[in-house]
Amino acid sequence: MSLSTDDVRHVARLARLALGDDEIVALQAQLSDILAYAEKVGEVATGDVPPTGHAYPLADVLRDDEPRPSLPPDAAVATAPQAEDGRFRVPRIVDEA
Amino acid sequence: MTALPEQASRYEAVIGLEVHVELNTRTKMFCGCATDFGGQPNSRTCPVCLGQPGSLPVVNRRAVESAIRLGLALGCDIAPVSQFHRKNYFYPDMPKNYQISQYDVPICLRGSLTITTAAGEHRVGITRVHMEEDTGKSLHVGTSGRIHGADYSLVDYNRAGIPLLEVVSEPDIRSAAQAQSYLSELRAVVLALGISDAKLEEGSMRCDANISLRPVGHTVFGTRAEVKNMNSIRSLGRAIDYEIARQTDLLIAGEPVVQETRHWNEDAGTTSTLRVKETTEDYRYFPDPDLIPITPAAAQVDALRAALPELPAAQRARLAQDHGLPREQAATLVAVGLAPLFERAVAAGAAPVDAANWLNNEVVGWANERGADPTGVPLAPGDLAELTACVADGTLSKKLAREVLDAVLAGEGSPRAVAAERGLVQISDTGALTAAVDAALREHADAAQRVRDGNDKAIGALVGAVMKATRGKANPALVNQLLRERLSGVDDGR
Amino acid sequence: MDLSACDAATLRTLLGNGDVSAVEVTQASLDRIGATEPHVKAFLRVLDEQALAHAADIDRRHAAGEPVGPLAGVPLALKDILCTAGVETTCGSRILEHYRPPYDAAVVERLRAADAVVVGKTNMDEFAMGSSCENSAFFPTRNPWDLDRVPGGSSGGSVAAVAAFDAPLGIGTDTGGSIRQPAALCGLVGVKPTYGLVSRYGLIAFASSLDQVGPIARTVTDAALLLAAIGGHDPRDSTSIPQPVPDLTAALDAGVDGLRVGVVREFTGDGMEPGVRARVDAAIARLGALGADVVEVSLPHAGYGVSAYYLIAPSECSSNLSRYDGVRYGLRVDGATTEEMMARTRAAGFGSEVKRRVMIGTYALSAGYYDAYYAQAQRVRTLIIRDFEAAYEHCDVLVSPTSPTTAFRLGERAADPLAMYLSDIYTIPSNLAGAPALSLPVGTDDAGLPVGLQVMAPVLGEAVLFRVARALEADLRFDATPTGRNSLAEVLA
Repeated sequence: MSLSTDDVRHVARLARLALGDDEIVALQAQLSDILAYAEKVGEVATGDVPPTGHAYPLADVLRDDEPRPSLPPDAAVATAPQAEDGRFRVPRIVDEA
Repeated sequence: MTALPEQASRYEAVIGLEVHVELNTRTKMFCGCATDFGGQPNSRTCPVCLGQPGSLPVVNRRAVESAIRLGLALGCDIAPVSQFHRKNYFYPDMPKNYQISQYDVPICLRGSLTITTAAGEHRVGITRVHMEEDTGKSLHVGTSGRIHGADYSLVDYNRAGIPLLEVVSEPDIRSAAQAQSYLSELRAVVLALGISDAKLEEGSMRCDANISLRPVGHTVFGTRAEVKNMNSIRSLGRAIDYEIARQTDLLIAGEPVVQETRHWNEDAGTTSTLRVKETTEDYRYFPDPDLIPITPAAAQVDALRAALPELPAAQRARLAQDHGLPREQAATLVAVGLAPLFERAVAAGAAPVDAANWLNNEVVGWANERGADPTGVPLAPGDLAELTACVADGTLSKKLAREVLDAVLAGEGSPRAVAAERGLVQISDTGALTAAVDAALREHADAAQRVRDGNDKAIGALVGAVMKATRGKANPALVNQLLRERLSGVDDGR
Repeated sequence: MDLSACDAATLRTLLGNGDVSAVEVTQASLDRIGATEPHVKAFLRVLDEQALAHAADIDRRHAAGEPVGPLAGVPLALKDILCTAGVETTCGSRILEHYRPPYDAAVVERLRAADAVVVGKTNMDEFAMGSSCENSAFFPTRNPWDLDRVPGGSSGGSVAAVAAFDAPLGIGTDTGGSIRQPAALCGLVGVKPTYGLVSRYGLIAFASSLDQVGPIARTVTDAALLLAAIGGHDPRDSTSIPQPVPDLTAALDAGVDGLRVGVVREFTGDGMEPGVRARVDAAIARLGALGADVVEVSLPHAGYGVSAYYLIAPSECSSNLSRYDGVRYGLRVDGATTEEMMARTRAAGFGSEVKRRVMIGTYALSAGYYDAYYAQAQRVRTLIIRDFEAAYEHCDVLVSPTSPTTAFRLGERAADPLAMYLSDIYTIPSNLAGAPALSLPVGTDDAGLPVGLQVMAPVLGEAVLFRVARALEADLRFDATPTGRNSLAEVLA
């Protein structure tokens, strides 16, 4: 797989990375190389082989609906780069979810 | 909105609803933080629901059971193996910048909900019910108070991680009325299951509508708009009507409908563009490697199925059949959640139609005036039975009975006790009323004469006079009877 | 007595007998760090105050006859990928510089319960992405055997600290070889346990379906002691196996007589250095001499392991690392909008290798590619697991080199990411299979650099893994003291 610089820019936007032009160019070559290597998985005939997410087969690990203590007051925002009135402060939001 | 009816009728609306139901579990979907409403911002958070590095999710058992129960109530297949996926997109109210949701293997698939409108019964397919986590809430600071034009925003993660069920319908809905009926019926099912308080106004139930138009008779879907922010069943209807009219105008004018998300503005009664979808969103779904499959055993599903409460449709049919209630009355009882009280009152001897009337009108009215939930009214089934009996046997007039009900609901005692205490018992004794009837005939001789002259309506003034003299306690039917006897000369006292 | 020369088992005895105090042992460790650290740079943070306070508390309890943990007073170097409440935890990244987690990782709780004394938090490749420790955002760590060479990675700091005799025990994490490869390059025992044996709660995620915490030590016995202390079920990790840690000590000295050892045919080419091949072959020959039945086995799909890994791990990391956005913790670089702030923060906070993998993973998961990339890699993963299962029908353990090369020079592979990725060619299959594997030092090459033998076992087969390693260790009597030209010993002398 060979990526264009536009592909790299698109992926960088999806990944929320403000990359410089030099980084875009470097990544174009590196990602193409790495993906070419990774694409070797396509050589394997996997037919109806199921995918494995976890090697050890576990299922239904469930937690009882019992409250546990939350963090102490103000601990949540103690790590925040910017907080106001116990809330995390962020610049203006352009996109709506 | 200028489409002429004959042009507009060339199009048919195709509507699918996505409804989010916030579950009433005690704790969040993936951590032990309490789900209580209100409280200081970020006070109900922990490393997991804050997305702190290294934290890991563990699934809430009760949320899974709630999902299975709703699926069963909607006739869905319960997936023998389902999985959580990550839906990746950046947004500051999402602590991990991905939402743990379900994707190609949701827990419930292929159900349906039958709705009734003036046009009759209609089956709406349910594509899926899946589990996911809620986001936090942003407060937009600035002159507008809304996201547009805000100077900055403040994020509170108390709501982040609260369990949600998303119920996705097939595009089987054709009108605003059907959409409203669907949402109302789904809400009734959720309330019957007791898995959510399902308040649209407060956001514990949220509804998005996908709306498109196509020429009648066509099978290919038109371009759809997704409309958000309808906070009541009424606004859902208004928004759909508006959107159908808007799209109809565009199509008639030969203009394209743009695929976009639109915001319903309740005050203006219009929808407006929220954002245009750039190609399709790329959420990069993949199985959440921190979580493992959910594999409900058939026996567990059977046990949950067996323990399901009676569902609204079945309850309505049974109330109508067993107690001879008119459909409308049965539907109201179920919708307001008073069917259980009704049935206990009937068991205690209440006349069914009378009991239903009291509940649907007076009791609901009493609760509404107080902004209270009708299901919580402090009325014992035996007291309702006694009240209907008092009216039936003439002890209380309807008017007096309303006063007695208020007192009963205020905790003053049983209906008979209240009536006796307040001296509200209806006078149904001929002897006790004779004097008042005679006095009325004397004092309103002109009215009496008009009745004799054939103006039957004039008797109202005479009845009114007797009721006034007895302070409303006279049995109106008996007063009427006595007056007519006197006026027709059967016994005019001469 | 030189306390820093003692292994954990010896210190346990000395401390238990009251021959030395925990404070003395801790102080000796801190003193040693003071001497070695300028040359090795294994630690991001030395926690002297906290360590001495813990040691004093152990001594107090010991004197009062109160219970102390099984590793009471043993110094330990903790990889900075595990959250420590109130103590800076950076994961080797600028984006978490100054981040103080509000909670302790499960492994940290268990270490505390075992009374191991954490003397510091160690350097690592940023977010555990790397095989040389050069991807640390702060500084590279050096190999005590040759200070111009890398210690391997990503757990290079913990490994270098143990190799430098700063502490007898280290904690690392292994997603594709990040414990075993540096252990091999620094002449130590490093173990990647069965996936799910050690809780990941509080382990800052790189690739969630592969990450596993494990012990680093100079002896097999010490590694077993440490694994026993940190392993076991944790309900906060949904992928934690609900079983106790297998008994690692009962059969530790049972020898290899009668055990079937499989030599993986596919793990013999691919740029393996002759010195590595010679030492590994010699070690395998010794296993035969000790009574093991040595056979050749095939893992036909193992050759696709690196390809599958470089789809699975970046995909998971691209999502795991989304949370570093400048909102809740860590670095923020301002922007006019939230979107701009996030993109600038991430661009400034992540190093080039992290960005590269986030980009690969974002691309691999994006619309249209999922099935050909992530899902196909997961199917290949299934085939690799089946290969292992077939091999274990004929063998009790498998062996191979841990790394195709010995320690390489700083900067040597920095320009070629793909060449760096191939450092993990022999270690990755065990991560994909979720199975335990261990690296044991089996000698040095002609340049005097350590060579590691990888021993692999089936899921939850830790007991046989340690048993084989212990037998070979006793036979080879490898000296873990880094010596030779440009070694720490030479510099300190």
